[in-house]
Amino acid sequence: MVTPYEAAAAVVDPELRVVTIAELGILRDVSVVDGRVKVTITPTYSGCPAMDAIRSDVVAAVRGAGYDEVEVVTSLSPAWSTDMITESGRKALARNRIAPPGNHECPHCASGDTLQISRYGSTPCQALFKCQGCYEPFPLVKTL
Amino acid sequence: MADDALIAAQRLSEWVSRAPTLEEDVALANIALDQLGVARLLLQSLGDEDELAYLRSDSEFRNCLLVELPLGRYRGDLDFGWTIAWLLFLTAAQHLRYNDLAGSDPVAAKAVKESAYHLDHATQWTIRLGDGTQESHRRIQAAIDELWPYTHELTEGLRERWLSIVDPVLEKATLTRPSDEGWKPSGGREGQHTEHLSYLLAEMQSLHRAHPGATW
Repeated sequence: MVTPYEAAAAVVDPELRVVTIAELGILRDVSVVDGRVKVTITPTYSGCPAMDAIRSDVVAAVRGAGYDEVEVVTSLSPAWSTDMITESGRKALARNRIAPPGNHECPHCASGDTLQISRYGSTPCQALFKCQGCYEPFPLVKTL
Repeated sequence: MADDALIAAQRLSEWVSRAPTLEEDVALANIALDQLGVARLLLQSLGDEDELAYLRSDSEFRNCLLVELPLGRYRGDLDFGWTIAWLLFLTAAQHLRYNDLAGSDPVAAKAVKESAYHLDHATQWTIRLGDGTQESHRRIQAAIDELWPYTHELTEGLRERWLSIVDPVLEKATLTRPSDEGWKPSGGREGQHTEHLSYLLAEMQSLHRAHPGATW
């Protein structure tokens, strides 16, 4: 039997589809009171447009595990930081050619000779880099 | 603070699909999104966010005048140098206000980190444009001269600290800081706005007013 926590933790981030919300550090808490599941999540950036999708994915996942009454609440404090990404999350990002925060090494060829081409990327939490070694562009999760 | 962020988000989003490079388009859209995110969180703490954003009339908004101004000399005009000067002034003030409240307000604690990145972005562009070509220098200096009077209302209560952020940037960018003498337009905090806010709200609110609660 899957616990409510396991069900929620396995939800994949809708934009960075290679990490779960637990690995990304946006799943804060899962509690069960009188059969009601309460899931607490936190946004990466305050305007993150993925929050609605995450909320409905969490509800669907927890219901799918057999818990019908689910509530998702948002908590802002403490503010999310990239330090909350777990070690397995960092590895999953790198494995999928997304440089984890604080590491400017090319996720393709491991060259340290990389260049920022844009301070902003395809989601609020990423910037765009390119490698001077293998010439491949790659996204990087910005340190926050 | 909520209205400053909300109106700034709406203004900045005018750049979407029109910025000089794709990277800058993404950057300005991201900053607009962050501004909207903070505005939503602050409005949610005050009441119904849709009601507050969509159903207040112009005189009920409390944003400073700077954020409602067009991002160019005329209404409908989009000037990049103008936008960067506007963004530098705004984000320096926002960063200070969020920083002051970060210890007691969770929204501010979150926003302070994002605003640091916005301020850094505006700073880098100000230096590049000011210390760039003759034309880029001319344009951003013109924007600074025009927008400077509006910064008094923006920086009420934190003028000195704000200047200590903005002054070194202008100096590094070889730009001239305008005089503090003369016209100091204000009234935004009391609901007395320029006509520009009304046009902005017409665009922002018309859909919700025509189709209340519409979703897609």
